[in-house]
Amino acid sequence: MPIPETVPILGIKWDDILFGFFGLVLIVSGLLVVTMRDIIRCGLAMIVCFGALAGIYVIVGAPLVAAAQVIVYIGAISVLILFAIMLTENKAAPARLVFQTQAVPAAIAAVVLAIILVLTVSSTDWGAVAERIRNSTEKVALALFGPYVLPFEIVSVLLLAAVVGGVFLAKKEDEDRS
Amino acid sequence: MSDSLTSYLILSAILFAIGTFGFLARRNAISMLMSIELMLNAVNLSIVAFGAFIPSLGANASVIALIVMAVAAGEATVGLAIVLAIYRNRKTPLVDEYDAMRQ
Repeated sequence: MPIPETVPILGIKWDDILFGFFGLVLIVSGLLVVTMRDIIRCGLAMIVCFGALAGIYVIVGAPLVAAAQVIVYIGAISVLILFAIMLTENKAAPARLVFQTQAVPAAIAAVVLAIILVLTVSSTDWGAVAERIRNSTEKVALALFGPYVLPFEIVSVLLLAAVVGGVFLAKKEDEDRS
Repeated sequence: MSDSLTSYLILSAILFAIGTFGFLARRNAISMLMSIELMLNAVNLSIVAFGAFIPSLGANASVIALIVMAVAAGEATVGLAIVLAIYRNRKTPLVDEYDAMRQ
């Protein structure tokens, strides 16, 4: 039995409901990331935020980007950040002040930035089509290894440089050399 | 709602503003790096949304989003290594106690 196009009772499309759900989860968990006191919980809320964003990528029609989001952000970067949190955390830290003294001006600036961005994007004619274009994985792969093969290789060299630099910065200094 | 470019861009703008607030207001250096990740994700969302609604972009947007992701991974690696190196010297992850240049 095929699933109907719209939700049976409400008459809203499934994509709209999913978009609203994931958008709400995204914004709430994003706010939790920047406001919660315990930084470990901030890191866990960030994982939720990345997961909701992967869901939005699926809705918008970019499944390969959604898979990369789950693998790279949830699988790698979040774990890296959680490791760094646990390495730099001491027992007294969660009880201390979370925000700097400039928190209120920062909040005002962020709200003003959000209002400006929302007004700008809603009043601009982007020349968008009314229906989403599904970018199949095959097309993305052909673009990635066709016209974009040089940026792809440069990014791989950049990642290698970042790994070597990260190991060099984070390793302990020799006692006799310092 | 899910068929208009504007709703995705508004969502991206709100996420970017949340990241900006976190970067400006938090005291912990790792919290600031997490806020930078939120901002990069917001930009990635707008890139993917443009690719899905503007026909001349097509698959290019997904490729650009993947490259942005890889660069963000490199940025997180180097940034966290720098935070760990500073933490080893100063014994604190709070940025307002990094005042060696001011004294």
